[in-house]
Amino acid sequence: MSFLALTGQILRKDFRIEVRSREGVNTLLFFSTLLVFLFRFAIGSTETQVREAAPGLLWLAFILTGLWGMARTFQVERENDCLEFLRLAPGDLGGLYLGKLIVGCCLMWATELAILAMFGLFFHLDMWPVIGSLIPVLILGTVGFVAIGTLFAAITANLKAREVMLPLLLFPLMVPILLAASRLTDLGLAGDSLWAEAHWLRLLIGFDVVFVVLGYLTFPFVMED
Amino acid sequence: MSLLPSAVSIASWRRQIGSVAHGGTSGISLHVRGLSKAFRGTWALRGLDLDLGPGETLVLFGPNGSGKTTLLKILSTLLRPTRGTGTLGGADLVREREKVRRRIGLLSHGSFLYEDLTPRENLVFGAAMRGGRPADGTIAAAIERVGLEAVADERVQTLSSGMKRRVTLARLLLNTADLWLLDEPYTNLDREATKVLEEVLQEHQEQGGMAVMATHNFLDGFKLATRLGILARGRLILDEPRESMTFPAFQELYTLRAEGGGR
Amino acid sequence: MDRLARILGVGAGVLLAIGLWMGLVQAPPDAVQGDVQRIMYIHVPSILTAYLAFTVVLVASIAYLLRGSRGWDRLAHASAEVGVVFTGITLATGSIWGKPTWGVWWTWDARLTGTAVLFLIYVGYLMLRSVVDDRDRAGRYAAVVGILGFFDIIFTHMAVKWFRTLHQASTLEKGAIDPALYLPLMVNLGAFVTLYIYFLLRRVRLGTLEEAVEAEVLGG
Repeated sequence: MSFLALTGQILRKDFRIEVRSREGVNTLLFFSTLLVFLFRFAIGSTETQVREAAPGLLWLAFILTGLWGMARTFQVERENDCLEFLRLAPGDLGGLYLGKLIVGCCLMWATELAILAMFGLFFHLDMWPVIGSLIPVLILGTVGFVAIGTLFAAITANLKAREVMLPLLLFPLMVPILLAASRLTDLGLAGDSLWAEAHWLRLLIGFDVVFVVLGYLTFPFVMED
Repeated sequence: MSLLPSAVSIASWRRQIGSVAHGGTSGISLHVRGLSKAFRGTWALRGLDLDLGPGETLVLFGPNGSGKTTLLKILSTLLRPTRGTGTLGGADLVREREKVRRRIGLLSHGSFLYEDLTPRENLVFGAAMRGGRPADGTIAAAIERVGLEAVADERVQTLSSGMKRRVTLARLLLNTADLWLLDEPYTNLDREATKVLEEVLQEHQEQGGMAVMATHNFLDGFKLATRLGILARGRLILDEPRESMTFPAFQELYTLRAEGGGR
Repeated sequence: MDRLARILGVGAGVLLAIGLWMGLVQAPPDAVQGDVQRIMYIHVPSILTAYLAFTVVLVASIAYLLRGSRGWDRLAHASAEVGVVFTGITLATGSIWGKPTWGVWWTWDARLTGTAVLFLIYVGYLMLRSVVDDRDRAGRYAAVVGILGFFDIIFTHMAVKWFRTLHQASTLEKGAIDPALYLPLMVNLGAFVTLYIYFLLRRVRLGTLEEAVEAEVLGG
C-alpha cells in the first residue's frame, strides 16, 4: 500500500474518531483555559508586563497543551492494541507518520487559535489586526513541534514511564522553536513585519524541513518490535 | 438471531465474498528452523522447528507461559527472533517482513478495534490497511455471517465483549492471507460464534490456507486441527497429525508431558 | 584491543599531566582576566571532546539503524555516556569561570545555554535507554533520539546565539591567539581526546562483556 494511501486512511479514521468523541479537542480546550488563567495570576497585572510576557507565555501554553496532544494521538492506538495492527500494515510505515503528523498539527492549530482568542479576551490584547502575521508563525512553529512530538510519542507510547519520558525527551529539543516562535510572535503582536527578522523565519523553516524528513525516515524503526 | 440464514448457504456466501476472500492461497508453506526468543534473561522459545503445508491447521496446546503467544508474534513479524530463521512462501520472517505481512492474518488478544468507530467502519479500515477496498456487499456479508447486522452501525464501545470478538472474526473473514495466526480465538465466543469460527476455518483449510492456533480449549481445538502440537517451556514437545491419536489419548499425553513429567 | 586501551590510558594520563602543567604553571596569565582564565585549558578541550563524542553517537546511530549490528549500538551508547561526562565538566568549569568573570554562577549566555540543552538532550537519551527492557529496542529508540538530538543542537546554537550572548568569542574562533596560550591548549585537547578514546574503548568492552554474560546465563 502506498504511503500516501496509508496517510489518507489514518487521517480519515482519526478525524472521524475525533469528531465523534471530541475527547482531544475538549480536553485541550479545558486545559488551555486553565493555563491562561494561571498565567494571568502568575504575571503582573500592568498592561506592559502582560504584553512583554505574552509571546513566551503563548508558546509555553502551546507546548504544554501540545505535550498532551501528542500523547493523545497515540493513546487512541494503544487501546485494544491497535498499534500492533497498524504495524502489520504491509507498506511504508512512513505514511503512518505523515498521517499522525497531520492529525497532530490540526489538533494543535485548533487549540492554538483558541488560546489566542483567550489571550485576547483575558489579557486585553487585540488579536484581530495582527492575526495575519501570527498565523504563519503558528503554522511553522507547530509543524516543527509536532514533527518531533509525534516521533517521541510513538517511542514513549510503549513505555511504562511514558508520562515522564515524553516531556523529558521532547522539551530540550524544543528550545529553538520556543525562541524563534516567541520572537516572531513578539514582532507579530507589535504589528511589525516578520521579515524584519527573517533569520528567525529561516530557522523555523529549516527546522521544520529537517525534522519532518528525519521523522519520516526514522519512524519505521520506532514501529519495529 | 440466526447466524446462518438458510438463504445464505456457505456456498452462495462464498460466491458473494469469494472475489476477496482467500485470493492469496497459492500452495505456499511455512518453514521455521531453530527459532528462539529471549526476554530479559530467560528463553521464551528454545530452538523450535516447524513445517506447515497448504491446508494444514496446527493447533498448539500448552500451559501459560509456554511460549504460544511469543511464537505467534514472531510468525506474524511483530517480534524478532533472538535466534533462528523462518520463511513463509520463501519470504524471510525478519528481512522480508513486508512480503510476509501480506500473507498473514492475525487474531490476537487485543481486538484491534477502535471503540469510537462502528463495526462496519472498523472492518473497512482494517481491509484498507491491508491494501484492499472490499465492495460494500462483502463487508455486509461478513457482518451477516457473524450475526452482527443489528449493531453494525453502533459504536464498538456499546458492544459486549463477545460481540467485539465477533467483529474480529468478521475481519478474519475478509482476510485474504495464506496463513492465519489465531491466539485464543475462542475467548468470549458463545456457541453460535464458535460454530462460525469452525466453519470459516474449515473453508480456509479446504482452499489450501494454513493456520496456527493457540488455545486452551481442548475439544474445539482438537476438532479443528489437522496437526496437534504441545508447547512446554518454550519447546515444541509434540507435533503429530491428528489422525495419529484419539482425543482421550491426546489429553492423557498432554497431562503427562506438558503438566507433569517432561522436565 | 585491551593492550591498545592500556597504552591509550597511560598516554592520556601523561598528556594530561603535561598539558595541565603547561596550562596552569608554564603559560603566562591572561592580560585581563589573570589566573582565572587558566580554567580555559580544561573548559575548551572538554566541550570540543563532547562534540566529538556526540558526532560519534550520530554516526554510530545511523549505522545501527541501517546495519542492525550490536557493535554500533554499543559504540553509540558508550560515546553518549562519555560525552555526557565531558559536557558535565564543561558546564561545571564554565560556571566556575563565570563567577569571577561575570559575577554570577549561571548566566543565560548563548553558549552556556546551548551547552546546557546539549546536556539535557543526552541525559534524556541515556534515561530512555535505561527504561527500555529490550536491548535492541532500546538501541533503536536511542538511535532515533541520538540522530534528532544532534541536528537539534545545530539549531539550538543558532537560536541561542541570536537570542543573546555575553560569551567571549570562542577561544578558537578568535583567530590571533597568543602562541604561548595556543600550545598548552592543543596539548590539553590532545589529552582529552586520548582520554575520550580510552574511556570509549573501555565502555564498549564493558558493554560487550555485559551482553556476553547475558548470553552465557541464557545458555543454549
